[in-house]
Amino acid sequence: MLVAWFPDWPVVAAGCLPAVPAAVVRANRVVAATAAARADGVRPGLRRREAQGRCPELEVIPADAGQEARAWESAVVALEMLTPAVEVLAPGAAALATRGPSRYFGGDEALAARVADAVDRAVGQPGCRVGVADGRFTAGLAARSALSAPSALSAPSALTARTARSAPGARRQPVVVVPPGSSRTWLAPQPVSTLGLGFEALSDLLVRLGVRTLGDLAALPGPSVLGRFGPEGAAAHRLARGQDERSLAARTPPPDLAVIAELDPPAERVDTAAFVAKALADELHERLANLGLACTMVAIEAETEHGEQLVRRWRHEGALTAAALSERARWQLDGWLTGGEESRPSGGLTWLRLTPQEVRPDDGRQLGFWGGATAIDTGAARALARVQGMLGPEAVVTAVLAGGRSPAEQVRLVPWGDLRSGPAHRPGPAHRAGPARRVGRAVAAEMPPWPGRLASPAPAVIHSPPQPAEVRDGDRRPVEVSGRGMISAAPATLTVAGGPPLAVTAWAGPWPIEERWWDAGGRRKAWLQLLLDDGAAHLVAREAGRWWVEATYS
Amino acid sequence: MNSAPADSLSPAASLSLAAARSRPVATADTRILEVPGALGGCFPQPGLRRGSTLVIGSVSGGVSLALSLAAAATAEGAWVAAVGLPSLGLVAAAELGVNLDRLALVPVPGDRWPGVAAALLDGMGLLLLGLPGRVRSVDARRLVARAREQGTVLVVLEPAGMRCWPEGPDLRLSVASTTWDGLGTGHGYLQSRRLEVVVTGRRAAARERRAVLRLPPVLPGPAPDLTRPALVS
Repeated sequence: MLVAWFPDWPVVAAGCLPAVPAAVVRANRVVAATAAARADGVRPGLRRREAQGRCPELEVIPADAGQEARAWESAVVALEMLTPAVEVLAPGAAALATRGPSRYFGGDEALAARVADAVDRAVGQPGCRVGVADGRFTAGLAARSALSAPSALSAPSALTARTARSAPGARRQPVVVVPPGSSRTWLAPQPVSTLGLGFEALSDLLVRLGVRTLGDLAALPGPSVLGRFGPEGAAAHRLARGQDERSLAARTPPPDLAVIAELDPPAERVDTAAFVAKALADELHERLANLGLACTMVAIEAETEHGEQLVRRWRHEGALTAAALSERARWQLDGWLTGGEESRPSGGLTWLRLTPQEVRPDDGRQLGFWGGATAIDTGAARALARVQGMLGPEAVVTAVLAGGRSPAEQVRLVPWGDLRSGPAHRPGPAHRAGPARRVGRAVAAEMPPWPGRLASPAPAVIHSPPQPAEVRDGDRRPVEVSGRGMISAAPATLTVAGGPPLAVTAWAGPWPIEERWWDAGGRRKAWLQLLLDDGAAHLVAREAGRWWVEATYS
Repeated sequence: MNSAPADSLSPAASLSLAAARSRPVATADTRILEVPGALGGCFPQPGLRRGSTLVIGSVSGGVSLALSLAAAATAEGAWVAAVGLPSLGLVAAAELGVNLDRLALVPVPGDRWPGVAAALLDGMGLLLLGLPGRVRSVDARRLVARAREQGTVLVVLEPAGMRCWPEGPDLRLSVASTTWDGLGTGHGYLQSRRLEVVVTGRRAAARERRAVLRLPPVLPGPAPDLTRPALVS
């Protein structure tokens, strides 16, 4: 059994170089630190504040288990190039069986050196340590002791453990190989605390009873250990004797689901390319169905004969069927090949690839008994997906109401096909609640209150960007709003974007808004509602010493 | 939009009213998109014929009228798309009754807006189309024919300035006058408005019709009892 271990994987996965003091913190405790941080005394298990005290320039990174696992994936793929059966023990640690690969690569040392080299290359920095032993537990301990081996830990066991110095390259690899059958001897001087996760209470108890090393533990008779410490003690006893019988749970390499087709001669016309795309979509769908998977996001990629790459991702809340997949491929090719001059490729398409980017188990789709998707929804969905094929997925959006003060802030736009998360909103009749000053009436019934929100009815036209304007009083002097929110004079005329001055017949305000005053993104403004003599009503805002027409009640 | 109390109707009349209310909406043979309220009253039929084209000029209140029509469409389960309207106030849309779950937006279609609008005309119940400027009559004719073929109501919003829809539409909506309530000089806030809507058009709509409506619709008296069917639609 061989264990490859990358020390302080969380900081490596976070992209920190060893020379930069940084530490990854989970639940306010340091879990990993770079070499520079360790030199300043930062150790795993320290509190965050204590670690910062020891190393003031420490960069503190919150732990991200997903990122750690993703980053380790490249190393696992590199190991799978050497041997097919690899078990991922944790992000930063992997195990593989040695019998076959060792024979092939010429011995345990040679294999271990190759493994260390492959992982270092995949990760992009040196640091991988490798241990080889009969069992996984011993191999793991050997890997951990690999770099500090020559001096302290393996001094008593120098007879049995050899530190490999003869790597294929001249570089010395941190590798410890425990010869077959000598695990128990090698383990004997290790302290019982190395039993690790799950045995903390037991090892604490053992130390207090005077059993300090694994050798002491292994020397005890097995039935007595079982009788005194229960199954947990028996398991620890077996580990200490080097009897680690759990076999390798090798992972199944994820199947490569992408389908690709070469187009020869290059396809210049939509129907030629769409025909190939249809066959590809069928093939992809069959491959997914055989694995019991459904695809929720697919990337359609193509390359032209001049090397231009065209990629677009499609997402669908429900799973994409073969027909939907080929339709999307056709619309997208249609958009590329017949699109505008700037987006059209300069040559024919030479290859076409469909890559599923998000798959999930195909557990079918349960439609709602009442409502749910109807024929109308399906037709609308097809039309919208078609437009996405013409303009790109971000061009078609749906709106979700969110909290905010100004009418523009209260709307979040979600690309069509993405999940409309957030509060489910069903606008009721517009006359449910009584009149409430400065609170939207229809929306107030469903949304929590948002102080400072503009009163209902909301303006039907929102200018983005706002139009510059001038507000003047009866004596043609500019109207101003003081820092205390007082208006200097009653507005009499409004000039929008350099147009003719329009007479104001009624007005209200100013309503001052102070947002995020505590940081640099803060803004201060004051709103005013103006009614003009032609019946038009505007929402104008004073910000940064100027007037802006933000919205119009059209 | 005064409501007659239920007791003043004959049993037969109230039965037929109840039947009309409980009829499944949007069956295949319903060729009318019903528009509730006073706005529906100013069309030749009690609503908009599916497949017809309606042009709303650049007038104060025009966007709100378009959103009221969109609300009528989403209320019966149809989808609405808004093309070329990057400044549409979506909070106002929700307040006027548009179900935002069934509203799709293509804010910036660019030069390909005729193609986008044509693609959306099949699948949507109503299409709000903001014009970028002058329209070639071949594009307009194609869209009108497509809307008629697919049974989709095409609502065209003209930009400020000239009339730039080249075809004579089935209906043209404009606002004769607007009166706002609630805003004083230095006090109050905009609460509701009275719009005088003028509808002109071709064929049955050739005679000019006028209607006065309130936006947002304000019902007289206490809040409506939602457990009993209201008699105003």
